[in-house]
Amino acid sequence: MKYTQGKYPIVKKKTLAKEIYDLEILCPDIASVAVAGQFVNVIADGFTLRRPISICGIDKEKGTLRIVFEVRGKGTKQIATKNEGELIDILGPLGKGFPLSEYKTAITVGGGIGTPPMNEIAKHFGKNCRAISGFRNAAAVILQDDLKSFGAETILCTDDGSAGRKGFVTEALKDELSKEKPDVIYACGPNVMIKGVVDLAKEAGVPCFISLEERMGCGIGACLVCACRTVKNGEEYYAHVCKDGPVFNSEEVIF
Amino acid sequence: MADLSVKVAGVDFKNPVIVASGTFGYGREYEELFPLSVLGGISTKGTTGQRRTGNPSPRIAETPSGILNSVGLQNPGIDYFIANELPYLKEKNTTIVANIAGSTPEECAEVAAKLDGTDVDMIELNISCPNVKQGGAAFGTSCQGASGVTKIVRAATKKPLMVKLSPNVTNIVEIAKAVEAEGADALSLINTLLGMRIDIKTRRPILKNNVGGLSGPCVFPVAVRMVWQVANAVGIDVVGMGGISSAEDAVEMMMAGAKAVQIGTVLFNNPYAAVEIVDGMNRWCDENNIKSISEISGTVEKW
Repeated sequence: MKYTQGKYPIVKKKTLAKEIYDLEILCPDIASVAVAGQFVNVIADGFTLRRPISICGIDKEKGTLRIVFEVRGKGTKQIATKNEGELIDILGPLGKGFPLSEYKTAITVGGGIGTPPMNEIAKHFGKNCRAISGFRNAAAVILQDDLKSFGAETILCTDDGSAGRKGFVTEALKDELSKEKPDVIYACGPNVMIKGVVDLAKEAGVPCFISLEERMGCGIGACLVCACRTVKNGEEYYAHVCKDGPVFNSEEVIF
Repeated sequence: MADLSVKVAGVDFKNPVIVASGTFGYGREYEELFPLSVLGGISTKGTTGQRRTGNPSPRIAETPSGILNSVGLQNPGIDYFIANELPYLKEKNTTIVANIAGSTPEECAEVAAKLDGTDVDMIELNISCPNVKQGGAAFGTSCQGASGVTKIVRAATKKPLMVKLSPNVTNIVEIAKAVEAEGADALSLINTLLGMRIDIKTRRPILKNNVGGLSGPCVFPVAVRMVWQVANAVGIDVVGMGGISSAEDAVEMMMAGAKAVQIGTVLFNNPYAAVEIVDGMNRWCDENNIKSISEISGTVEKW
């Protein structure tokens, strides 16, 4: 584990959907060691706490990281005001990423702003990845072309049926599992969605890794605020999302 | 280059910047960013007699110029600390202050006694944690409670003993005097101020513990005032903390009467803050012809 902090230039900024922004940051020292599933802790000017944002893309050759985030409050709103050419203060890469190499086929399940961490997984598995994503409606859909560009099969769901199939990602996952079980399932999204995915994975006997979110302090495991109930060797304890996660084996997490 | 070294209760610190308990773990995470030897000292994560799991999440909330936290003293217990963390810390060439806490005065004394034969340089007794149901602030908010726990811990250890005071009291000077009378070698203040935030959408407190401790720049003036009052009222050394986020803040806290300072919350914003504050104090001394930083302690002249 090696992380650094610094101010790095934003080389590209895009708006992907309403209140969802995509920043490409030139930070070779962070990009060179980052792996899928890690996050960076980003300064929102004028606020005490950094905002943890998952890594959506890693380009080691260009030395860039891509982060996609949703404006949720005042802090993320401030970060969204940053433009191309401006510097952004980030600490990263942080946390443990997704274990990828021991598996050959995967299903990813991303709910809303939980979709960005799935991007690097799709890149790894290519055509051996089925990428299920769920959004409120067609206007909120993001990253489908990115997932397709790696060769992944995309399965899009919306709550209102305005794009893709109508309904929850868990229904789509059920269908996919009955077609063919993958070696592994990865999920990120709202807790209720993750819980549903974990139950289905367990039923199907497929290993499942989930990326969790919690209010954080230091981001590196020193302050112990981002506690998450887990169990290891039969003993229950609070793990920390920033250092022990954000990716956990679903069997270790107590919902 | 000024002389930045200071002494607190006879214990040497190479500079006045100590990282505050609870914000720095046992140091391992920050060592990825800078060598711990640049620090004046490390006040380790509050450690209790037995392992503690802490409070449920969320444990943190942002506030204007600060944060609220309710970690609830999650820690692996004193035996684990002595066996697994202290040997590592002792090789880091910085002064180690072991922060301890407990549900009862007896638990605090037991922890202190276990540290007595170890290499820690100093014990900081936390009688002021607002986030645990028993102990913590319960001892620290009355003179009787504060003096009672200090007395029994004092008897349990020969290590220099610093007692960390709660600001959530009517008169901090009275508590400080009570603790001094029972043999504390130094005082550190302030711990966090009890606060609360509510999510107006859900009408629920943001913290699962409902309330938590406020820290960060917003508490700095309160901390300066309390350090000034206490330093003027006791004969033992005072370490000042609460919202320090720059070298200038650290200098101000020392002028108020602190022999050294602790910094914490600012690390979450800038993990290099401790290093930058040490450098900034050095520069400040040079610019102001201060040969030794210890000269400035308590030099504020009141109107």
